[in-house]
Amino acid sequence: MVDAPSERSTNGMAEVVFRTERLSKIYDMGEVQVHALREIDLALYRSELVVLLGASGSGKSTLVNILGGLDTATSGRVLYRDQDLTRADDRDLTQYRRRYVGFVFQFYNLIPSLTARENVAIVTEIADDPLPPEEALDLMGLGDRLNSFPSQLSGGQQQRVAIARAIAKQPAVLLCDEPTGALDSATGVVVLEAIERVNRELGTTTMVITHNVAQAEMADRVIRLSDGRISDIAVNETKTPARDLTW
Amino acid sequence: MRALNQKLLRDSWRMRGQLLAIVLVVVAGMATFVGMRGVMHALQETQASYYAAYRFADGFANVRRAPERVAQQLRTVPGISDVETRVRASATVDIPGFDEPVTATIQSVPDGRAPRLNQLFIREGRRVKPGRDDEVLVNEVFAEAHSLQQGDTFTVTIRGQQQRLTVVGIALSPEVVIQVQPGGLFPDRERFGVLWMGRSALAAANDMTGAFNNVSFSLAPGASLDDVLSRIDLILDRFGGTGAIGRADQASHSLLELEFEQLRGTSTVLPLVFLLVAAFLLNIVVARLVNLQREQIAMLKAFGYSDLEVGAHYIQLVLGVVTAGAVLGVAAGLWIGQAMGQLYLDFFRFPSLAYTFEWLVALTAFLLTAGASLAGVIGAVARAVRLPPAEAMRPAAPPTFKPTAIERIGLQRFFDQPTRMILRNLERQPVKSALTVTGMAAATAILVLGLFFTDAVDYLIEVQFGIIQREDLTVTFTEPTSPQALYEMTSLEGVTYAEPFRAVPVRLHHEHRTQDTSLEGIPPAPYLRRIVNTALQPIPIPEEGIVLSDRLARTLQVAPGDYIQVEVREGARRTHRVPVAGLAEQFVGVGAYMDVEALYRLIGEGPALSGVFLMTDADDTAALQQAILDRPRVAGVVSQDRAVEGFEETSAENLLVFTFILSLFAGVIAFGVIYNSARITLSERERELASLRVLGFTRAEISYILIGEMTLLTLLALPLGFALGAVGAAGVLAALETDLYQIPFALSRATFATAAAVVMASAVVSAIIIRRKLHTLDLIAVLKTRE
Repeated sequence: MVDAPSERSTNGMAEVVFRTERLSKIYDMGEVQVHALREIDLALYRSELVVLLGASGSGKSTLVNILGGLDTATSGRVLYRDQDLTRADDRDLTQYRRRYVGFVFQFYNLIPSLTARENVAIVTEIADDPLPPEEALDLMGLGDRLNSFPSQLSGGQQQRVAIARAIAKQPAVLLCDEPTGALDSATGVVVLEAIERVNRELGTTTMVITHNVAQAEMADRVIRLSDGRISDIAVNETKTPARDLTW
Repeated sequence: MRALNQKLLRDSWRMRGQLLAIVLVVVAGMATFVGMRGVMHALQETQASYYAAYRFADGFANVRRAPERVAQQLRTVPGISDVETRVRASATVDIPGFDEPVTATIQSVPDGRAPRLNQLFIREGRRVKPGRDDEVLVNEVFAEAHSLQQGDTFTVTIRGQQQRLTVVGIALSPEVVIQVQPGGLFPDRERFGVLWMGRSALAAANDMTGAFNNVSFSLAPGASLDDVLSRIDLILDRFGGTGAIGRADQASHSLLELEFEQLRGTSTVLPLVFLLVAAFLLNIVVARLVNLQREQIAMLKAFGYSDLEVGAHYIQLVLGVVTAGAVLGVAAGLWIGQAMGQLYLDFFRFPSLAYTFEWLVALTAFLLTAGASLAGVIGAVARAVRLPPAEAMRPAAPPTFKPTAIERIGLQRFFDQPTRMILRNLERQPVKSALTVTGMAAATAILVLGLFFTDAVDYLIEVQFGIIQREDLTVTFTEPTSPQALYEMTSLEGVTYAEPFRAVPVRLHHEHRTQDTSLEGIPPAPYLRRIVNTALQPIPIPEEGIVLSDRLARTLQVAPGDYIQVEVREGARRTHRVPVAGLAEQFVGVGAYMDVEALYRLIGEGPALSGVFLMTDADDTAALQQAILDRPRVAGVVSQDRAVEGFEETSAENLLVFTFILSLFAGVIAFGVIYNSARITLSERERELASLRVLGFTRAEISYILIGEMTLLTLLALPLGFALGAVGAAGVLAALETDLYQIPFALSRATFATAAAVVMASAVVSAIIIRRKLHTLDLIAVLKTRE
């Protein structure tokens, strides 16, 4: 151990994708102020798979939303490579999300009136160098459900369409907010395997939010949040493949 | 943007019922706009080119008898560019096979040349040959009414002399685009006709050789009509001129302008209402769609779609609906315009109607609709895209409810839970509820507006012909006649009562305001032609002073007790200062009345009659009318029953078509508003209703919650719609008021009942559709979706 864990990539050469400096987020709820994030200092490296652990209300969704350009910080800085997201206006954030970020949400957020293929196409159509929707869906094992509507798919299948949609644009980062939150454990494993495969085969920097401690074993690094602060950062010397996870 | 377009198509398909309802409202608006504007444009263009090509005169004057050399004097009047003298005769016509009396105005056409002014369009046949005294041209509507063709013959009586005439052609003239008999209110194409004969032949028959009794003239560019009219009056005065008039006072032209005025009003107000309703419907439908799709919007934004792209997506939906409505509406409008054009061509006789498609009209309508709709929708879309994606991803907070005002004042014990749900829902969304009520009220008001005209005309006929004009026949003399004529008329078989009148052309002055009218001298306590006050009570004619119709008094801005100047425009042409003795309610014409003895003193002449009103009990009215017409100096007989019948015949068809179209469109609006409003309520509360079903509510019980809300809204909307319709009707009537008519304000219970029935029928249809949807509510699926 030469460097502090937080300063070093698990893949050897440290190429920083995200860096936050004293990042804080305060929600003004009228009479009370809620400190969702308190002076977070953090770096994320290229191609690593990070699991963000924390109880409900610990600030993990807020952090991911700020990293993904969906929300803005109250104070501090967020850098995506050299780009200062805290200084970006709405138009810049839109462009940032469009080029670099792939999202996977807890409730899939598919468009019910579009088929699986079309739900992916709606994102690839505005991307610079996307995978064909069919290829992305094939990667998720859904090559035979291209023309199914969300209502005709199971929850796990819907979440894999959502992952296909997120990765088809070949994003620089994949942000997954409780991707298995609405799924049973068997289906959840299938979804995590899909995320793991994207991280491994496409080399996409990936952050998975969960409150499920068991899922931390698949990560390169595990970041624990509690009460808006980073309470612990741990490096997994040996990662457990997603298919071996149980909870 | 292929996938996004795909989404647009599928979303639209899912909402097809609602969108179709809106498309139909847009169609209604576009169709009325394009149709009515188009037909108005076509009529005006046709009128202008017809007037120009056939040299319709700028002014006219009648004179008792002026030598032809006076024409030369008239030509030297500054401002006049051309003068045409004519002989005009009143005649009775004996059409073989038609046993009722028929009168005609016969106009002369120059021998051997085309008229310089008011040229004839020969539809069939040829002109009359110079010098022939047995050839006649017949106005088209009159020819059609009697199936007259080239070669047919009939007999006319001019100044007591019979003459057999052969029809050589069917003609139209810019002077008689609408053919109305002198003194008549409504066209009666069977019993009155306009004919044309050669000048020398007609002059010989009417004792006008070397003279004329009618002149028309055209103005030089920039000339002042008023100057020219007063100079003509000066010249014609000593030949018995009765006052020159401009085009605006010419019977056919003024009726045409009146109709254009009506059309202009309706073609603006009506489509505007439709388009506003369409905009309102699009607004509520898109606002709801945006609400339902807030998570989809958030997702699109999370993946980098810009606000503009997301906004454009919903705007496209609006434009799609408007475009579909516009295309269908323009097509329907062209059809309506052409159909209306054909109806009008039967009423207004032009050589042909130049109906062309006006791109500009269609484009204006499209831009209006699109503009109004976008204005209604842009707020909802802007709110949706302004929402930060992280926030939009979270489901909207449950709406806040509270007990309603009715419950707060302690009435809740009268309501069961479902009724409380209805009331709270209405109160929580006051804007939506108010808009729905307004939309339905607009539909009700359109129906009232479409139907009230019949009420008003019925009332007009009832008052004018039941209370004011109680005579059966009106006889007019060719010139003022000895009072002896009254006794001659009374002695005719079948006449039970006769009442004389003396009419004098006058110009009334008060301060700088003037009005030309006919001053009628009548007996102090008239029995047949009565003068009534605003309460429709007959009023006696005072010994001194003048009684003015209410509208005339308003024009002159005088009240009883004021003095006005009465300039008599025949005979000695004296001007007198006369007190206004009273006001009379009168829907037709701008009448002025005096005691007949006072009138004789005013004009400084002895007793003489212009005509006689008759009450008859004759079984054979036709024979009586013929007997009257056979007497010398009788210019014409108008039968009141015939006049009313004639009017009802001509207007019934037009009104029926118009009312039908309007009811159809108003039904579309009512349906569009109610159905959309109910669908939205259904989708907002599907979960809630399904939960109630799971808890053991029956289908009927949950239907009550939705349909009860619809019923309540409909019941609120009806009285509001009645009030709006009444206000609109009063506005339309005020806009239509002219010198010629004032249509009284009257609304019958039948009109309100019909309007309510159409709106309620639309509500019932919507309720049935909604109830079917409620029956297919998927309980499990609804409960499984997250909230």
